[in-house]
Amino acid sequence: MFHRHRGLTPYLLLAPGVLFLTVFFLVPLGFLAYQSLESGNIDFGYTFTWSWSNYSDAIHNYRAQFIRSITYAGIATLLALVISYPVAYWIAFRGGRWKNLLLLFIVAPFFVTYLIRTLAWETILSDNGFVVNTLQTLHVLGPSGRLLATSTAVVTGITYNFLPFMALPLYVSLEQIDGRLIEAAEDLYASKLQAFLRVTFPLSLPGVVAGTLLTFIPAAGDFINAQLLGSPDNHMIGNVIQSKFLELTDYPAAAAMSFILMAGILVAVFLYARLVGTEQLTGTAG
Amino acid sequence: MSAVAVERASRTNVLSRVWAFVKHHILTVYSILFFVYLLLPIAVVVVFSFNNPPGKFNYTWNAFTWDNWLHWDAVPGIRSSIVLSLQIALIASIVATALGTLIALALVRYGFRGRATTNILIFLPLSTPEIVLGASLLTLFLNLSFIRVQFGFWTILIAHIMFCISFAVVTVKARLVGFDRHLEEAAMDLGANEWTTFRKVTLPLIAPAILAALLLCFAISIDDFVVTYFNSGSEVTFPLFVWGAARIGAPPQVNVIGTAIFLIAVTLMLVNVLIQMRREKRGLA
Repeated sequence: MFHRHRGLTPYLLLAPGVLFLTVFFLVPLGFLAYQSLESGNIDFGYTFTWSWSNYSDAIHNYRAQFIRSITYAGIATLLALVISYPVAYWIAFRGGRWKNLLLLFIVAPFFVTYLIRTLAWETILSDNGFVVNTLQTLHVLGPSGRLLATSTAVVTGITYNFLPFMALPLYVSLEQIDGRLIEAAEDLYASKLQAFLRVTFPLSLPGVVAGTLLTFIPAAGDFINAQLLGSPDNHMIGNVIQSKFLELTDYPAAAAMSFILMAGILVAVFLYARLVGTEQLTGTAG
Repeated sequence: MSAVAVERASRTNVLSRVWAFVKHHILTVYSILFFVYLLLPIAVVVVFSFNNPPGKFNYTWNAFTWDNWLHWDAVPGIRSSIVLSLQIALIASIVATALGTLIALALVRYGFRGRATTNILIFLPLSTPEIVLGASLLTLFLNLSFIRVQFGFWTILIAHIMFCISFAVVTVKARLVGFDRHLEEAAMDLGANEWTTFRKVTLPLIAPAILAALLLCFAISIDDFVVTYFNSGSEVTFPLFVWGAARIGAPPQVNVIGTAIFLIAVTLMLVNVLIQMRREKRGLA
């Protein structure tokens, strides 16, 4: 299948794109790593001093925000999985000829600018909105209780914003399941539940894994939901990185934090990769 | 078969049918609720684009008006931000799709040293949080000692091409993998050289994937906030405009533009879906 003799052609095809990604993705990561080990300040300049203390200080001073990022992203990912699995299942097995239309509904949120749909949640959860009023009438919330500026609001926003990233891979893996396998399980006296737990669900695991990663990675680095829907008490590590870079110009600390975030996520990704195999993960099969 | 056995069989049959009916409908009802939840914020965006807000905050419904739609550019800065977003999205999607298509061709068509490494290089930007992409590019621009980088149009454009390339590669690759190579071999057998074969056979066949990659890149670019925020300097794209406006209370015109983008995107997708459905129907008939 491969034309191994045409030595140069693939490299010529690759060159422009790979060069671009090298210069504007890989090299910047190197600069970020370098910056994260510098010391100094914006007025007197930064010097490279192998100051690993940027890392320990970051973890020490912003432990709460790191933990919050992982917790919020984890809860949102789990919620997205639980909420969208039945719908992905429904579309895959009951969608019939409406499948494509229903999928269009699933990705509909992506057609509204990210910031605008987050602002819509600000409207929905606002103090005089119907959600708060209903919850107050039901005495779930106290008379002065609110949703905005709480961790609930931030997790709600994150869950909603990244839901399609979960639902789509779930649908794809469920859709590929050969219905005869489930029939076979039932012929062999498995109950519907057993057939689901021992045939359908395991076969949909690649979708679960892909959806989990696609949701968790952007969620862990997000700062928009915490900024618009939360209070400073709900700030995540993204908020700290953002303000250190763009407001406080404390570049080394911000760079160190970015690296800790990225390292944490990469470790998670590679653990997953070990579980499911890289080809499946990167979609590089074939 | 004895009467008892028949009766038992029919009873379990009825029970299982009832169970199937209930289960079927629970899932359907749940799915409808799910879609209500999914579409609720979109409805809010659309509805509040027709609101005449009581104060500077567009949070509570006051009165219906067409004014926001008629005077969509009445807010200073909104028009120029949209123009900039469109320019960036257009150029970034074209460049990223071109670079991405070439990479996809190399990855699917050729075995070469470094193929696995290239796959990882394509995958890495997709698995890196946007904030790290934005921050690292900012660090590069800040630390280039030999040129003084002017933040603005070019830095935004570079950033957008960078994060779009991987999406373009993945999209085009998906189509190339399922590609029937016999068609190309046939063209070659009939005397076409490699370039003619590519132009006359390969390109038309992967054109839908290239178009899909273009649209995807365009959509991602026009929606991007985080990476742009780090590398924009004083230039303002539409998402940056929304961010700035949100701090002091976003005007209803923001909802107007949001609704317009939504309607355009949905119309394009609907047309695509309807064509597919019709094709499937014809295929069955």
